[in-house]
Amino acid sequence: MEIVEILFTASFWAAAIRIASPLIFATLGEVICERAGVLNLGIEGIMVAGAFAGWMAVYSGTGLWVGVGVAMFVGMCFGLLHSTLTVPFGLSQHVVGLGVTLLATSSTYYAYRLALPEVTSPPKIEAFQPFEIPLLHKIPLIGEALFSQTPLTYLAFALVVIVSFVLYRTPLGLAVRAAGENPNAVAAQGLSVTAIRMSAVIVGSGLMAVGGAFLTMSAFDSFFFEMVNGRGWICIALVVFGSWRPGKALLGAVLFAAFDALQIRVQQTSFGAVVPYQIFLMMPYILSILALVIISRRAAVPAALMVPFNKGER
Amino acid sequence: MRLEPITDPSLARKLGFPFVALCATFISASLLAMIAGANPFSVLYLILKGAFGSSFAILETLNRATPLIFTGLAVAVAFRAKFWNIGAEAQLYVGALMTVLLGTGVLPWPSAVLLPVLALTAILAGAVLLLIPALLKTRFGVDEVVTTLLFNFIFLLFISMLLEGPLKDPMGMGWPKSARLIDEARLPRIFDGLRLHWGFGLAIISAVLIWLIQTRSTLGYEMRAVGLNRQAAAFAGIPVNRVLLQTALLSGGLAALAGFSEVAGVKASLTLDLSPGYGYTGIIVAMLALLNPLGVVVAALFVAGIFVGADSMSRAADVPTYLADMMLAIALLLMVLAIMLTRFRIVRD
Repeated sequence: MEIVEILFTASFWAAAIRIASPLIFATLGEVICERAGVLNLGIEGIMVAGAFAGWMAVYSGTGLWVGVGVAMFVGMCFGLLHSTLTVPFGLSQHVVGLGVTLLATSSTYYAYRLALPEVTSPPKIEAFQPFEIPLLHKIPLIGEALFSQTPLTYLAFALVVIVSFVLYRTPLGLAVRAAGENPNAVAAQGLSVTAIRMSAVIVGSGLMAVGGAFLTMSAFDSFFFEMVNGRGWICIALVVFGSWRPGKALLGAVLFAAFDALQIRVQQTSFGAVVPYQIFLMMPYILSILALVIISRRAAVPAALMVPFNKGER
Repeated sequence: MRLEPITDPSLARKLGFPFVALCATFISASLLAMIAGANPFSVLYLILKGAFGSSFAILETLNRATPLIFTGLAVAVAFRAKFWNIGAEAQLYVGALMTVLLGTGVLPWPSAVLLPVLALTAILAGAVLLLIPALLKTRFGVDEVVTTLLFNFIFLLFISMLLEGPLKDPMGMGWPKSARLIDEARLPRIFDGLRLHWGFGLAIISAVLIWLIQTRSTLGYEMRAVGLNRQAAAFAGIPVNRVLLQTALLSGGLAALAGFSEVAGVKASLTLDLSPGYGYTGIIVAMLALLNPLGVVVAALFVAGIFVGADSMSRAADVPTYLADMMLAIALLLMVLAIMLTRFRIVRD
C-alpha cells in the first residue's frame, strides 16, 4: 500500500511537525484565553496580523527574533482590544471575536497595500533556517522529523511544557484556571478577575500572532493574502479536542497536521487519482467535528467560559 | 469599575449611543483615509456619492443589500435565541445549489410554479443543513459556533467538487461553473431595464414576516425567552430544545434564500465566488440592527452602501478597498459597545 509506505518516510513526519507548529502556538494561546474564561474568536485575524507584522518587520531590516517580538506585540494589542470589550464591559465574546478577526484581517490587508502598493508578487525575506540539533538529528526517522526543524518549532514544543508547568504547577496558573472555573472564588481571595482574564487574553493573543508569524518567517518567506486560510478556526476545534490541556492539544495539532501532510501525498498516488482532491481537503474539518462529538460528552469545559464576571453580582 | 443595569433607559440614551458609535466609525475611517494620503472629507463624500449619489448607484446598493438582508435576518433570528449560527455562508450555498439543481431544466414548469418551488426547496435545504449542528448541540452538547463555522469550509469544498465534476457546465470553457438557469427560473426585474430584481422584494417581505413572528407569535415569545435565560425558560415550561431546533430551521432557511436570490436574480449560474462572504457580513448586519428584523433592512442598506461606495471611492481616491471592511469591523465593535451602554451604567467603586 502506497499510503502505509508514506507513513514510514521521515520527510512525511518532518512535514507534519512543520505544519503542526503554527497550530501549536495558536492553540496554546487559545487554551490560555479559554482557561481564564474568555473565548477568543479573534484568533484567525490575529494570526493574519502576526504573519504580516513579523514578516514586515524583518523585511524593513530587523532581525528575525525581533520580528517574532513585533508579531507578538501586535497580537497583544488585538488581545488588549478583545479583552477590554469582553472582560470589563462583558460584551458578547462571539461577536467581539468575529469583529476582531475582521478588523485584524482588513487592517493587515490595508497596511499591506499601503506599504507595498502595486506589488503583485510580495518580496521575500531571509526566513528561519532549519537547525539540526547535534547527535539527536541522526536518530533514524525521529531525528529528521523532530530535530532538523527551524528554531520556532523547538520554541513551540518548549512552550507546551512551559505553559503546562505554569498552568498546573504555579499560583499564577491556579489563578488563571480559577478565573475560568469559579471567578467568585478568585474575587473572594482578593484577586482581580478582570486583571487575570485580561492578561490571559493579551498573552494568549500574543502567542496566536507568533503562530501566524511562523507561516511567513519559517514555513514560507513571504506574505500572501489568505495564507492563514482557516488555521485559526481549526485551533478553536483543537482546544476542545485537547480538552483544554496543552499536552493533549499538542497531540491533536500533530495528528491534524499529519492528516494534512498525508492528504497532500495521497493525492499523488493512484488512490488520489480516483477520489476528488476536495474529499481529502474536507477530511480534517469532518474529523474535527467527529472529534468534537466524541469528546464533548466528557469534556472538561471551563465552567465559567463565556460567562462575564461582574463584581458584586452572583 | 462595575456595570449596573438601567431598568428603564431613556430614548435619548437608546438612540444617542448608537449615533455616537456611527459618528466615531466615520471619524476613524477618515483618519485611516488620511494615512493613505487622501483627503478625509473627499473620501467620505466619495463613498456616499458612490453608494447613493445616482439612481444607478442606489439600485446597485439595493442589489447588494438583498443577500445581506437574508443573511442578516438568518443571523438575527438565531442570535435572538442565543443560537450562534456562524454558518450562513454554507446555508447560502446550499440554497444556491438547490436552485441550480432544479432550475436548469429538470423541471420544465412556468415561472409562476417553478420559482416558488425553487425558493421552497432552497429554504428546506438550508434548514436541513443547519439542523445538523442544532441536533449536535441539543443531543450531544457540541458547541454550534465551531460546527457551523467548520461546515462553511466543508460545504464550499463540496460545491467546488460538484462544480469540477457532475455540475460542471460543458459549455463553460473549462471554468468551474454550473449550467445556466432556464429563463423560467429567473427572478423578474422590478423595473424594466434596471438590474434590481424581485429578490429584493422577497427580502423585504421576509423581514416583515420575521418581525411579525417575533412580535406576534408564541414561537417569537419562546425564542426570546430561550435567548434571555435558558434555565428560566425551561423552568417556565418552554421546550428549549424544540425552540432551538425551530430557530435553526428558520435561520437556515433564510440564509438559503440569499443563495436562491443571488442565483435566480443576478448570476443565473453557480460559481465558487457567488458570495464574497455574505454569510459572515450577515453577522455585522444583524448586530448593527440590534437583532431587529426591520432594522436588518436598514443595516443591510448601510453595509451595502459602504461596500458599493468604497469600491468607487477606491478607484477615484486611490485608497485600498479594505477600508470598507475596516469601517464595518469598527462599526460592529462600537455598536455592540453602544448597545451595552444603553442598558448598563458604568459605576466606579
